[in-house]
Amino acid sequence: MSTIQFTIDGKQCTAKPGQTIVEAAKQNGVYIPTLCHFEGLKPAGVCRICTVKVGGRNMAACTTPVADGMVVENKTAELEDYRKAIVEMLFVEGNHMCPTCEKSGNCELQALAYRYMMMVPRFPFLFPKRELDASLPKIVIERNRCVQCLRCVRAITAPDGKRIFGIVKRGGHAKINVDRELAQSMSDELAQKAMDLCPVGSILKKEVGFAVPIGKRKFDTKPIGSDIERA
Amino acid sequence: MGRKITIEPVTRVEGHGKVTIQLDPQNNVTESRFHIVEFRGFERFVLGRPYWEMPVLVQRLCGICPVSHHLAAAKAMDVIVGVGPEGLTPTGEKMRRLMHYGQMFQSHALHFFHLVSPDLLFGVDADPAIRNVIGVAIKHPDLAVQGVMMRKFGQEIIRATAGKKIHGTGAVPGGINKNLSIAERDEFLKGADPLNIKKMIEWSVAAVNFFKDYHKKNKDFIDSFAAFPSNHLSLVRKDGALDLYHGVLRAVDADGKKILNDVDYQDYLNYIGEEVRSWSYMKFPYLKSLGKKDGWYRVGPLARLNTAEFIPTKLAQKEFEEFKAYTKGKPNSMSMHMHWARLIELLHSAEVMEELLNDPDLQKNDLVVKGTKVKEGVGLIEAPRGTLFHHYRINDNDQIEMANLIVSTTNNNEPMNRAVNWVAVNQLSGKKEITEGMMNAVEVAIRAYDPCLSCATHALGKMPLSISLVDAEGNLIDKKEK
Repeated sequence: MSTIQFTIDGKQCTAKPGQTIVEAAKQNGVYIPTLCHFEGLKPAGVCRICTVKVGGRNMAACTTPVADGMVVENKTAELEDYRKAIVEMLFVEGNHMCPTCEKSGNCELQALAYRYMMMVPRFPFLFPKRELDASLPKIVIERNRCVQCLRCVRAITAPDGKRIFGIVKRGGHAKINVDRELAQSMSDELAQKAMDLCPVGSILKKEVGFAVPIGKRKFDTKPIGSDIERA
Repeated sequence: MGRKITIEPVTRVEGHGKVTIQLDPQNNVTESRFHIVEFRGFERFVLGRPYWEMPVLVQRLCGICPVSHHLAAAKAMDVIVGVGPEGLTPTGEKMRRLMHYGQMFQSHALHFFHLVSPDLLFGVDADPAIRNVIGVAIKHPDLAVQGVMMRKFGQEIIRATAGKKIHGTGAVPGGINKNLSIAERDEFLKGADPLNIKKMIEWSVAAVNFFKDYHKKNKDFIDSFAAFPSNHLSLVRKDGALDLYHGVLRAVDADGKKILNDVDYQDYLNYIGEEVRSWSYMKFPYLKSLGKKDGWYRVGPLARLNTAEFIPTKLAQKEFEEFKAYTKGKPNSMSMHMHWARLIELLHSAEVMEELLNDPDLQKNDLVVKGTKVKEGVGLIEAPRGTLFHHYRINDNDQIEMANLIVSTTNNNEPMNRAVNWVAVNQLSGKKEITEGMMNAVEVAIRAYDPCLSCATHALGKMPLSISLVDAEGNLIDKKEK
C-alpha cells in the first residue's frame, strides 16, 4: 500500500507508510504539540505532550506509526487539558524565570504555555535545588530549566559519534550531564547547535546573550504551531 | 514627656519608606529619620549568574527606570568584555544614548506631571482628594494630557531601542542588539501631533516656563522650603558639559569648589565609602576625603546642574544660564529647585533625542565590539534620580562573584534625611497635633528628590502613608493614616 488513509478529529488525511502520527499530521496541516520531538532525530516519547487518542487509548503521537483507517483524536477538550497540565507540571518542577532567560521568545516551553494560556499555577511549585554548570569552555548548562527532553543526548555527538550529553541518576534525581572530556573540545558550531536544539534555556552558548532583539525572536509574532496549522 | 511621630508610608514616591520624628516634652524636634524598610537583596541573588545576563537581570530592580540599570550594567559588562565604555561602535553608543535620553524624558515627565504637579497646582495643604493626578486631569486637562503624551513618547523611544517599553534587552556587553530602522525613526521625527519630537521640545519649553512662572508667584516657598547647603556629585563630560550617559566623576562643595576632580569612575572605591546605620536598610554614601560626617552629597538634576559647566544643546543651555544666574553662578542648594533643574533636563533630553534621531549612524549595522575579557568592571550612569553605580566581578567560569550597586536614591539618603529634618524643625516643631498638610509637607520634601525607594534597597513596593504620635515610653498618642 503506497498511501495510508486516516482521520484526525474527522479530517481526512493521507500519509506514507512508516510515518509517525506527528509527521503525518504536520503534512496534512494539523498541529500536534511536541516538545521532546525534533525532526530528524529518533523519537524518544518522553514528554507526552503529543498525546493523542487512538481507538480510545492515549498514545504518544511522536512514536506511534500511522496506520490505514486509524481514527485519531487530537484537539479535544480532554487532551488539550492534559497537555496544558504537562506544561504546567514542567514549569513547577523546574525553576523557570522567563523574564531574565535569554531563551525567552525562542523557548518552546514558554510558547506552549502561551498557546495553552497558562495563567495561574494549578500545581504547587517544587522549587528544586539544581545546579548551574558554567565550568565548560563553550556552554553553560542551566539545569533549573531542563525538561529532560533528551534532544541534546540524541543529537549532540563528538566527531567520532560518541554522545556528549547524557542523563545521570534516576526518577526525581535524574539530571542532564556531559562527558567532560568530550565537552571540553566542543566547537563553537556544535555549541550553537546544542543551544538551538534545546527547547528551553538549559544549554546556553557562552559569552553571547540576548543577541536577537525583541520582535525578531521565533515566537514574537507567530504562535507555536501556526506554521503548521491549515484549515 | 517626649513623643515620636511616625509617617508611614510616604506617598507619591516609588517604593515604601517611613519617617519618624522625635519630639521633646516641649514638642520641639530632637531628631528625625527617613527609614527605608524594604529589603530585596539583588546584590546577593545575581551571584553565580553568567555575566552577559546582568543588563537584563538587574533591570528588574525597577519598573520605573529599568533602562538606567540596564545601561549601567551593560557599561560594566563593556569593561568586562574588554571593550570599555568608550570602545563601542558609533551605532552601539548612540542607540544606547537614545534609549537613555528617552528614559530620562519619560521619567522626568512622569515625576513632574504625575507626582509633583498636584502639590504645585493645588497647594501642599490642599484636600488630598483633589491633590492627586486625577485632580490634575479634571482641573487642568491640557497639562495632564501633556504629561501622559510625553511619557508615551519617551516610552516609545525605549521600545524602539530596547525592544520593549519596560524591561527590554537592547544593550548587550560590547554594544546593542538592534539599530533604528528608517520607519522607526520617522515615527518620531514625522509622527502625527502630538507624538513627534518637535511637539515634545515645544511642550518641554512650556513645562520649564510653567515652573518659572510658578516660582515667580511662590518665591518664598520654592526658595526656602528644605533649602540647605551640601556637596554635589555627578558624572560630567570630560569638557565639563552635562552628560547623562557617560563621563568622569566630579563633585563640588556648597561654594562650587571642586572636591572630586573629574576622576575615572572605575576607581570609585578610592573616593566613595558607604556607611551602614542600624535603623535603615539604605546605606549612606560619602566622599572618603571628607569623611562620614561631612562627605555626604546630593545627586540628581540639581547636583548635575551644579557640577556641569554648560549644557550642550541650545534651548537647555539658555535655561541653564538663567538657572545659574539665579544663584550668581554658585551651586544651588534649594531642594525645590530640583524641579526646575529636572525640567531643564527634560528639555535637554528632548533636544538630544532630536539630534540623535537625525544621525545616520543609527541606521548602521556595526552593533557589537569584542575585546579581551577582564575580571572586574564598573558602570556608571546618570539615572533620572542621580548617579547610579554598578560594580561586578566575575570568576574564571564567567559567573558573577561580586556585585555592588549604589543607586541614586542611596546617594541622596543623607540629603533626604536633611530635607525631612528641615520640615520637622520648621513646620512641626512645637505643634501638638499633626494636620494632613504637615504630613504632606514632609512628603513634598522627599518627593523633590524623586526617590525610588524600591531601587534603593533593591526592593519593590508602594507607598501609602500613616503618621503616629508616640510618647517617650512608646505609647501611641495619635495616629493618622491615608
